Parts: sequence; C-alpha cells; structure tokens
Amino acid sequence: MDARIKPPMELDNAWWWQMADEGKLGIQRCLGCQTLRHPPRPMCGDCHSLEWDAVESSGRGVICSYTVLRHPQFPGYEYPLIIILVDLEEGTRVTSQLVGCEPQDVDFGLPVEMLIQEDPDGFKLPVFKLRSEI
Amino acid sequence: MPISLKNEAAIAGIGLTEFSKASGVSELSLSAQCIKAACDDAGISPSEIDGLVTYTLDTTDEIEVARAVGAADLSFFSRINYGGGAAVGTIAQAAMAVATGQASTVVCYRGLNGRSGKRMGQGVSGQISSSDLIHWSWYTPYGMLIPGSWIAMIANKYMHKYGVTREDLGLVAISQRNHALRNPRAYGYGKPLTMDDYLQSKQIAEPLCLYDFCQETDGGCAILVTSAERARDLKQKPAVIRGVTQASTRGQEQMTSFYRDDLLSLPEMEMAARRVYAMAGLGPDDIDAACLYDAFTSEIIMQLESFGFCGVGEGKDLVREGALDIDGRLPNNTHGGLISEGYIHGMNNIAEGVRLIRGDSTGQPPKAVEHVLVSSGVGVPTGAMILGQGL
Repeated sequence: MDARIKPPMELDNAWWWQMADEGKLGIQRCLGCQTLRHPPRPMCGDCHSLEWDAVESSGRGVICSYTVLRHPQFPGYEYPLIIILVDLEEGTRVTSQLVGCEPQDVDFGLPVEMLIQEDPDGFKLPVFKLRSEI
Repeated sequence: MPISLKNEAAIAGIGLTEFSKASGVSELSLSAQCIKAACDDAGISPSEIDGLVTYTLDTTDEIEVARAVGAADLSFFSRINYGGGAAVGTIAQAAMAVATGQASTVVCYRGLNGRSGKRMGQGVSGQISSSDLIHWSWYTPYGMLIPGSWIAMIANKYMHKYGVTREDLGLVAISQRNHALRNPRAYGYGKPLTMDDYLQSKQIAEPLCLYDFCQETDGGCAILVTSAERARDLKQKPAVIRGVTQASTRGQEQMTSFYRDDLLSLPEMEMAARRVYAMAGLGPDDIDAACLYDAFTSEIIMQLESFGFCGVGEGKDLVREGALDIDGRLPNNTHGGLISEGYIHGMNNIAEGVRLIRGDSTGQPPKAVEHVLVSSGVGVPTGAMILGQGL
C-alpha cells in the first residue's frame, strides 16, 4: 500500500514529529522571551536566543482557512482531502488535515480539536476533527 | 550616495521560442534559441553577451548557454531563487550590472520543458530540493503537494472576507483568454472560454478550478538588457526600466506564508509596489497597462489592491468593471499571460510588457501606453518593475 510522504527528521524539526509520535501537538517556545513559534526555527527572531523548549498544545483551535483538494490525486492520500489552517488556543497557527468531515460541512471559524492519526505503516501525525462543544 | 536604477538600463531585445506541450528538444536548446532570438531582435551578435542571469530552478547552466550561443567572456552571472518570484528579479540583477559597469550586455533567460518534462503541477512529490526540504515537510505529509493547494488556502480566506465569487475569478480567466484569442503564440489562441465552461470545469483545490491555473508549457524566453543610452542606438525602440525591485517581507515563506496575522493581502507585493513607485517617481495613476504575475486568477485580484489600483477588498469591483480588458482602465496580460499564453515562469509577461511599450502587442490597447507595470511570482519572495517610453 502506498504511504504518505514522510518528513525528513532533521536537527530543527525532528522533535516535533517525535512529539506527534507520542500523541502530542508540540509548539516551540523561546526560553529567552517565552514567545511561542511555529513552524520551528533554531533562533528566536525577536530576542535571538538559541535556547528553546517545547510545550504541548491543548489541541483546540478554530479554522482560520481551508481548501478541499480533489485533483491531482497522489498515492498515500485520501480524496477529497480537506486541508486546514488552525488558530490554536495558544496563539500559534498550524497547517493540518480535517478528518471525519464532508467537504460541504467545513467552514471558517469552526472549532476543532486535534487527534493523532496512525497510518498502516505506523507513522503518526496530528490531524483535527470538528469540535461540537465550544 | 544611494544609486537609483531609474532610467539606467533598458530592455533592447526579447526572444521567444515556439510554445508547445512537447518541444522535443532539450531545455538548453530552448534557452539557446530564445537568447539568439533576443539578440536578433536587438540587432546585436550573441558574441557581445557578457552577462547572464536565470532562475535557480532553471536546469541550464550559464556557461552551457554561453558556449551554445557563442557568448563573449562573462563578467557577470547570477541566479534568483523562488520560482516565478525570480522573474523581475533577473532584470533587477541585469540592470544593476549594467548600471555599475559589471557588464554591458546581459541576457536574462528561462527555458523549460514545463509540460513534457518536470511539471510544476506535479508539485514537490518527487524531487524536493534539499535546501528547503524542512520547509515543505510541514505540508507534504498532509498532501499539500502542488502550488494550487498552497495558493488556494490564501485565496479562500481572501474571497470569503471580501465577497469575491468564482464568477469574479472566471472574469479574470476569460479576460486573459480573450487577449490570447488575438495572439497566435498563445495556448488559448482559437479556444474561446465562456463563463459556463469556467464554472463547469473540474475543481482542483477549492475554490480554484482548472481554468484558474496557468498553462504548463514547453518554451523559452530571453530578455536582453543594456544601458538605456546604448539601447537608443539599437534596432528596437527601448523599454526603459523606470524602476525595478525585489521584495520579501517578515514571515515570508515560499508559497506558504500562512503564519502572518493577516492572510488577506500580499505584504511582499505591497513592498514591491512602494519601492518601484518610489524609484520611478510614479504612482498607480501613471500606469497604463500591466502584466501582473498570474499563475492563478486569484493572484490578479489581490495584486490590484497591492499596487494601489483600488482600495482594500475592491479588486473584484475593478474586475467586474472590465478594467483588465483591452479597452479597460488597466489592460492586463494582453498576450494571455501565464494562464492563456503559456507558463514560461513570468519571463513571457516581461516580454509582453516590452511589446506594450513598443506598441506592437497583438493585444495593444487603443490608447497611449506610457508606463507598464510587471510583477513577479505571487506568494513567494517577489519583485516588480515599471517600464517606460524613452528617456
């Protein structure tokens, strides 16, 4: 069975995917000024600290924008594929997939919550589903 | 003392190959052919070329081209990154080289088998370049693999906020197709497009459908830059570079600048606008026609706002008024653009800007064209240029 494209696991990003593998949505935090940032970078653009750690997101947020991908269809993905930008409660934004939702039901501003999806090959990634309670 | 590039350099020659879906020749051959054509257009020999500029995405090395066309010794060679964001940037490099004496005759080129070879529309699924591998990896595991998927995310937000409809995008596609109907080089030549055709076409990345996308094309395009003074004595009427700049802003990503507070505008294009107007000493009211980068229709509407042709959220209104048409306020991509002439990564839009200044476009508007605005790729580090008549 065809599998999705895997991210390279390098010095600046492997930790995020390792957190996902542990069932967590990570957000990088600067230890110099406490600013949260995503996508991760090795240096803080504000205070220039190289020191950082990661906090675990609540996984809750709202849909900032979305697109429904229908064509071309690549092996390893299920179509139609709903891709969303999520404004997380913590204030950062993350790009992910909306699952368990029909394309006609996705909309701006809807509340969502993170879940970890595990592929048949064992790869785990954070995705989102609609959250009924606000 | 700051050096302005205003009126320092001019485009003295443009050269194109045939545009097709299967060129049957190498990308080196396409580049050599369009460079020779640009030299012929300018009335000079390729042996006078002493500078070459292309895109980092181009597969053809400058020295391969130099040997193929019999160029002179090269004192300047340079490349610009970020796909179509490089288009006007190559001209900025050439103009700087000419203005500072690094070279006297610089050719910017782009040759690609964009349909029969490596297709943009196939995205980054296969060959991700290593330098930005991590960047794309925030998107590829989720299935965001093609440019349309990245642009759709911004387009959808913008359209929702300002009430832009699919019909508005359709008007952009149809306007450019109508321009292409006059241009025998264009993919869209002889292929009229109706609103019904548009609305019934296949959805690719909602809200974008098939006709919102540019035409993957095999072809080459070269632009010959020399000093404005020398250009006056060459074969063609010069298109003088009034202003040219590159632009990348805070939070910039390549195609996926999703993490800025505001996803409703194009900050890098606004920066390009400020700089190019300031250098040229001109404003939007001085621009008679445009070749705004158009890998996707939504980008045109947003750029109308970036360059100050209307207020925020009013781009769609200009489109509905017919501003982009041949007799409109701002005839745009009068050759058909990347959407309906062909996708030569923006270099062919620069060539059209030159034709509009010369007055010999197949889509020449029925009015005086004193200044033409040309922009580079949207959603990427970009640039803009204003071409003008004489000195």
